Amino acid sequence: MSNVPADLKYAESHEWIKDNGDGTATVGITDHAQEALGDLVFVELPEVGKQLAAKDACAVVESVKAASDIYTPVGGEVVAVNDTLEGAPETINDDAYGEGWIFRIKLDDAAQMGALLDAPGYEKALEEEG
Amino acid sequence: MGSRTPLYTEHERLGARIVPFGGWDMPLHYGSQIEEHHAVRRAAGMFDVSHMQPVDIAGDGAKAFLQHLLANDVDKLKQPGKALYSCMLNERGGVIDDLICYWRGGEHYRPVVNAATADKDLAWMKSQAARFDVTVARRDDLAMVAIQGPRAREKTVPLLPPELREPSSALKPFFAAEHGDWLVGRTGYTGEDGFEVMLPADRAADFWRALYDAGVTPCGLGARDTLRLEAGMNLYGQDMDEQTGPLESGLGWTVALEPADRFFVGRHALEQRCASPDLPRFVGLLLTGRGVLRSHQPVLIDGRRAGEITSGGFSPTLQRSIALARVDAGIGDTCDVEIRGKPVPARVVRPPFVRNGEARIAL
Repeated sequence: MSNVPADLKYAESHEWIKDNGDGTATVGITDHAQEALGDLVFVELPEVGKQLAAKDACAVVESVKAASDIYTPVGGEVVAVNDTLEGAPETINDDAYGEGWIFRIKLDDAAQMGALLDAPGYEKALEEEG
Repeated sequence: MGSRTPLYTEHERLGARIVPFGGWDMPLHYGSQIEEHHAVRRAAGMFDVSHMQPVDIAGDGAKAFLQHLLANDVDKLKQPGKALYSCMLNERGGVIDDLICYWRGGEHYRPVVNAATADKDLAWMKSQAARFDVTVARRDDLAMVAIQGPRAREKTVPLLPPELREPSSALKPFFAAEHGDWLVGRTGYTGEDGFEVMLPADRAADFWRALYDAGVTPCGLGARDTLRLEAGMNLYGQDMDEQTGPLESGLGWTVALEPADRFFVGRHALEQRCASPDLPRFVGLLLTGRGVLRSHQPVLIDGRRAGEITSGGFSPTLQRSIALARVDAGIGDTCDVEIRGKPVPARVVRPPFVRNGEARIAL
């Protein structure tokens, strides 16, 4: 069973998002997503400064198997990206919720976080996906 | 649910991720595909290939039948036990399947065909066999395990039936030894030394467990694909199929046009295609820009579409992305590949990319 930390929010497209409490949030992919993708070999990061709308495809992760789009769960401006993933994409496999974070976004509207899934909601979505 | 090999419960026990493949439920990996890949390049890995189909061809007309059926010539087999790689073509020169054919001495041969194409292949073989004095029998009673890597043979030999240990140790590449229903071939699909072992299905689990206890790493279809791609070996259905022939798939070396008086199915079509000035080339690509090459990505020369990737992926040994591609004959030393709408530069290279653990191309 995959790990779903209780203190994070989730999107049905298998991203996690963490409210940093300073108007920014950090985004990555869930443990379930990294496990389903298999060994990651390439990450294409968004550009810092780019303005995104919620659900925009903004990054790509590629595993040994296939390429997969990453969607931002919330709208805002990209303020930081995890450059270490360019040389070490497997960091996402090793630590999806920590060192494997993908980008940080300055929220257009902090209320957006309320619309996302909480941990039990995401676990339920995973069960329904089978 | 797909068919299950005699080793299915072993895969489950080892925590494999099971995926459908050619009508079978097969292990994709047992945790990390990349670690499995490295195990084969550096030590020894094992693959359940029981989904592949051995077919016994026997009878007074067996050799003549195979000389008619296959684009390569079984007359090249001069010593019993020797194996031959060949395409089986249709009348238009398209590839029905690729196979390895073992000569078992006399008028006894054993081609091994792909899982997804086995039913089609058997039907074709039987239809072609009508004019020959042969029997075509599928061997559903056999399992098959490939043990590959620099340490594969030393780890396997002590676990074989006693009668096979010495003959198997003495095998030269592309030869096989038999005892009872066991056949040990020094063949494979990884670019490493090793064996492919056919054995009675009810012995497969014990053999697999003994190999595991000897430290051989279980490997899934994922690693099998990256290993064969690094080795520059074609995958049927991806690099060639019924619409594309051997000449435009890098398999011209497997077509025996000599002797000129040997008729084989597809020969006429291939002779015509040989003469065509716009016959595409089949090349290797090494991505020099960032990204991962994947099948069906367009290959561009000066911004113009000039072919397509047939197999692509990430090479764990080279830590770069590599591909096989069918491209216009005029391609030079470099090209671009369109990845998600953007051209990314690549170098045109000659496969294999990796053999026996070593890079065979300059990076």
